[in-house]
Amino acid sequence: MSTTAIPAGTKWWSGGKSPFNLSYGKLMMWYFLMSDAFTFGAFLISYGTIRFSANYWADPNHVFSSFPGMGHANLPLAFVSVMTFILIMSSVTMVLAVHAGHHMQKKKVETYMLWTILGGILFLLCQAWEWTHLLTGEHSVLVQNAETGKYTIEQWAQTTIQNPWGPAVEHEQLASLGLSVPEGEHVYLPGPKAFGGYFYGITGFHGFHVFSGVVINIVMYIKTKLGHFEQRGHYEMIEKAGLYWHFVDLVWVFVFLCFYLL
Amino acid sequence: MSHAVSSSEISFAPQAGTSTKHIWKVFWILLGITAIELGLGLLMYGYFNEPSFARNLIKGVIIILSLAKAFYITASFMHLGEEIKNMIMTIVVPLMLFIWFIIAFLYEGGSWKEMRNTNAGSTKDQSKIEKVEKPAAKPGHEK
Repeated sequence: MSTTAIPAGTKWWSGGKSPFNLSYGKLMMWYFLMSDAFTFGAFLISYGTIRFSANYWADPNHVFSSFPGMGHANLPLAFVSVMTFILIMSSVTMVLAVHAGHHMQKKKVETYMLWTILGGILFLLCQAWEWTHLLTGEHSVLVQNAETGKYTIEQWAQTTIQNPWGPAVEHEQLASLGLSVPEGEHVYLPGPKAFGGYFYGITGFHGFHVFSGVVINIVMYIKTKLGHFEQRGHYEMIEKAGLYWHFVDLVWVFVFLCFYLL
Repeated sequence: MSHAVSSSEISFAPQAGTSTKHIWKVFWILLGITAIELGLGLLMYGYFNEPSFARNLIKGVIIILSLAKAFYITASFMHLGEEIKNMIMTIVVPLMLFIWFIIAFLYEGGSWKEMRNTNAGSTKDQSKIEKVEKPAAKPGHEK
């Protein structure tokens, strides 16, 4: 893919130039992203460890099956597809901004940065809806009192200390315990508690990255508008912001994989 | 040359392409892969709900597709593919740690499950016995 021929006999390590053929700032952005990759990696792998150690895990198609404005319609993977599409799209507008920067097209950089910022904000709004929905939605859960051993049905939301997505309970079993629920109401056992902490922790940390990315992109937009990069003679800051923004998209690929698909 | 060199540390600037065709091509590839992943996810939801070899196979395919997406994002959008080999290696080689990281820690998780279910190997797998003898409501393992 590299279109530039490397000058023959270039001694990269002989000093006087970057052995990576990269400016200090860009290289350090890469190394920062590497450390961030290991942070996210450690979170996701720890989630995997706990999941592998559990006999039962909540089914993502069951947990994430809602769509704004669709009530109780069962639409697994639908909303997260929209979120993924928004993030991919904003990644494309970002790379288009970088491309325009290479060609010193100030107006184009401004336009594409605005689209990228819009994509980031939309993604954050989607996440806000999803969190609100999970934190406020109530589900019937069959709970056994630890002291008396008596069973009751409680209304649980998905929080960091409660998980309502355990195995389903048959209505006959409820009847044998002397409990009854309206026809068609599903009752579940408590699910793996760790799910909430990992889900909110990791998607929250990712959302925080999206948020800081949006802030960085806004700063870059203003600096472009003020002509700072035009004066400097290059748009390398847009490239650095772009690296960060693409990384956020990259992390989402794996968050999407680990929480929604597997 | 249209591309401005930003620093004296840089020996030569990558040639900036004049068209955005390549970017859109990668966009369609990413979108296509995501669509296939969703299709496979729904396939698992609809037809392979119980743990089975087929389900694990689909999961494996989804993981490989995700890695392909990661490759396209870093190589094209982050322009790592256009950097010199020194640069590519300083990023890719440390990431190899993830191979050990993932294998070791998932194995650890599996081992914990086994130890808990068998009382550290002294009994038969309790989780399987439970299913046969006591199908009645019993709260699952809380963690």
